[in-house]
Amino acid sequence: MGKFSKKRGKVMPEVSTASLPDIIFMLLFFFMVVTVLRDSELKVDVVTPSATELTKLQEKSLVNYLYIGKPKDNFKDTHGTKPRLQLGDKFSTVAEIPLFLERHKVKVPENKRARITSSLRIDGKVTMGIVQDIKTQLRKTGQLKVNYSAKQKQER
Amino acid sequence: MAKTNSRDRMSNEINAGSMADIAFLLLIFFLVTTTVVEDKGITVKLPPWSEDEVDPTKLKTRNVFSVLVNASNQLLVRGEPADIMQLRERAKEFIMNPRRAEDLSEAPNKAIISLKNDRGTNYETYLEVYNELKGAYNELWNEDAQRRYGTDYSDSMTREQKKAIKSAIPFVLSEAEPTTFGEE
Repeated sequence: MGKFSKKRGKVMPEVSTASLPDIIFMLLFFFMVVTVLRDSELKVDVVTPSATELTKLQEKSLVNYLYIGKPKDNFKDTHGTKPRLQLGDKFSTVAEIPLFLERHKVKVPENKRARITSSLRIDGKVTMGIVQDIKTQLRKTGQLKVNYSAKQKQER
Repeated sequence: MAKTNSRDRMSNEINAGSMADIAFLLLIFFLVTTTVVEDKGITVKLPPWSEDEVDPTKLKTRNVFSVLVNASNQLLVRGEPADIMQLRERAKEFIMNPRRAEDLSEAPNKAIISLKNDRGTNYETYLEVYNELKGAYNELWNEDAQRRYGTDYSDSMTREQKKAIKSAIPFVLSEAEPTTFGEE
């Protein structure tokens, strides 16, 4: 009896924090796996519209992104307020699309090149004019697999 | 003497308390630099580029389901103003033609949907229309798959099953060059 009570009294009850780093590391690895490194800073405002018939893009390395939207506020002075195309991390013209696609293509192994998809992340408020120009350019370049980026619509 | 003793005892274990902080720092760094991209969207296969335009007048009018979207985002379906809410149902009825009506498609594999928009059409509206048309086909594929194999149309089906359904109800959507009335 006395033996037990003595021992408990002496040792301070403390929660071991030794496993805390491991838990945090686990979280860290989880986030590293599920997220992608942000490759480019968005210079245009893109709020994609919502839709119901969505397919998920499978391999991230086979996807190139084309952003279309109005320049963000701090670029309005230099690039105007009309919708612009952003390739990589800079404003571009439609004529620069083939080079952009080629640059992405050489990084992809040859047997996978047929599965390259262009993800068009287009702001919902943009008019079809610029979209049409880009679609025509993509068709001329031979990049036919296209994904109109959209959010899942909540209600039907 | 007593001092060295205490130092010996201290050096026996490394204080692991700051490990958590370091890991937290790393974690926050990754949270800031990465993004969770919603990589979802409507996948479309664009037609290859050709200089000569396909003339839709060669097709029988009963087989063509024409959808026009103008610069003020209004819909014209087969020559009449229409509402986007009914587009899916109408497209389904047109493709399958369950009552064998004279003015709807002869057979599902002969049905052609023609989508035309203006350069001033909102992208949001365009995508909504596209979504409805694609949804019509998806629903028809689902129904067909249910009838044939008792399952929904999905990626888990075999290639032959998918092919059978797609050849019975092929997704044919032709997009004409847009008009240039309402560009900003």
